[in-house]
Amino acid sequence: MLSGALLTIDGLCVAYDGSCALNGVSLQIHKGELICVVGANGAGKTSLIRSISGIVRSSSGIIKMNGVDITGMPPWEICERGIAQVAEGRQIFGSLSVEENLLLGGALKRAKAGQSETLEFVYQLFEKLCERRGQLAGTLSGGEQQMLAIGRAIMSKPEVVMFDEPSIGLSPALTDVMFRVVKSLHEQGATVLLVEQNVAKSLALANRGYVLENGSIVLHGSSDELLKNSEVQRAYLGL
Amino acid sequence: MLSLWLNVLASGILLGLVYGLVALGLTIIFGVMRVVNFAHGEMVVFGVYIGYWTVRLWNVPIIVAAVIAAVVMFAFGYLLEALIVKRFVNRPHHYQFIVFIGLSLLFSGTLLVAFGPDPRPTASQLSFQTVSLGLLTLDLARVQAAATAGLLIALLGAYLKFSPFGRSLRAAADNRLGGLIIGLNIPRVYAVTFGIGAACAGVAGALISPLFDAQPYLAVDFTLLAFVTVIVGGLGSFGGALLGGLVIGVAEAIAALMFTPSMKTALPYALLIIILVYRPRGFFGAKEI
Ligand SMILES: Nc1ncnc2c1ncn2[C@@H]1O[C@H](COP(=O)(O)OP(=O)(O)OP(=O)(O)O)[C@@H](O)[C@H]1O
Ligand SMILES: [Mg+2]
Repeated sequence: MLSGALLTIDGLCVAYDGSCALNGVSLQIHKGELICVVGANGAGKTSLIRSISGIVRSSSGIIKMNGVDITGMPPWEICERGIAQVAEGRQIFGSLSVEENLLLGGALKRAKAGQSETLEFVYQLFEKLCERRGQLAGTLSGGEQQMLAIGRAIMSKPEVVMFDEPSIGLSPALTDVMFRVVKSLHEQGATVLLVEQNVAKSLALANRGYVLENGSIVLHGSSDELLKNSEVQRAYLGL
Repeated sequence: MLSLWLNVLASGILLGLVYGLVALGLTIIFGVMRVVNFAHGEMVVFGVYIGYWTVRLWNVPIIVAAVIAAVVMFAFGYLLEALIVKRFVNRPHHYQFIVFIGLSLLFSGTLLVAFGPDPRPTASQLSFQTVSLGLLTLDLARVQAAATAGLLIALLGAYLKFSPFGRSLRAAADNRLGGLIIGLNIPRVYAVTFGIGAACAGVAGALISPLFDAQPYLAVDFTLLAFVTVIVGGLGSFGGALLGGLVIGVAEAIAALMFTPSMKTALPYALLIIILVYRPRGFFGAKEI
């Protein structure tokens, strides 16, 4: 099982000014899987995603993509290897148009070929973005901005997409739409790492899940196992 | 009288375009990297000397001197960023302030050692020629400088608006973290940005070399001028830098006419204070300092 993993993380530690945010996190994602990492505020979810993408330096541990050690590589080289993210707070370019945001997502070498087809694909997925392609991204609604952040990630033709709490700040109805989008991307073959506080909804979608607490993985298993786990039920599902 | 006023206004506008180019360089660097290039005036003076020497040695037209200044100063800015400035981009402002003041002293000192403190009157024949247009009689050098500056500003604007690199530059200015997330090579964007900013200063310097005597001490004036211009227009705003340049150019010209030529440099600062009182972020300012 270990050998076939697309993304392998082993003993990852991240510290900010000496205070530990991740403390020896290990996890694997296989090609075509949808896994979720759930945890409360401050558990270290964003730190995990940012250290995988090279934006935050890890103090120890190894991250491998397709068997290649990518630990310590700069973010643009890691993106070039097919790891994209839909970041916390969306991080779109508000003063640029919707289409410019998407084209920037597709500016990597790996995504240059067939860029216009990918753009078409994104516009088909999110018709709202197509209607508003010329509009400044900052004027989109929160839900539309989240779609744009997803579209921008798709533009880079990633092998793995990491979602950092994509449903945060969205209405219940939009949250459902959001999870449906993640699901349909997965069904179309994307490998997904979904980071969420919405434990019930993300476990319902995922093949497997990890529970992150205070920077450590305290539980992991198939979604069914976790949903039945009494600790998870008590701490995260309010049962 | 009317023709005098028209001439003063026109020459103010012409020089204002060049000031706009200087300010644009400062504002682009600030907008993208959030650092304030206190050595900007020295970069203008490098351009003045490039203009002075290329014209003197090879007697090239001022446009060619401007292109040479653009290339040389772009390379200079790029290397300066990649070797030194880069290390301070994420440091607190007072660190950056000290670094840039240090660089500005280093550059001024280098100019003094290389060329001495004495002003060098331009070798260009241009300085004495004029063109007439109805009521207007304008220095040919000024017209050429303004036309070239205007053209370059338009080209730069189009490049930033329509080219893929321009898009990356605007993205990095808008949201640095967003840039890292999509895999923008931020260090390269920063180095090119600094190169573009230095090139703007250098070109402006070369363009005014027929109008100003080359002299190392000009640098302080130009740094302050670029500052005032950028703040009048609004820090980080492309259109603001241009408008600021025009306002300052015209204000200087009017001050020299209405009061005495020595008031020329004071009026823009008075204007700055007035504008900051009423529009603390300048005409187009949107960005926090
Ligand atoms: N840039 C930073 N500097 C210092 N400490 C940080 C920084 N970023 C995060 N931390 C700390 O690291 C810990 C983990 O933060 P992180 O943002 O990874 O949590 P999270 O699980 O994403 O939380 P949330 O659900 O609120 O987004 C927290 O204690 C946080 O205060
Ligand atoms: Mg987070």
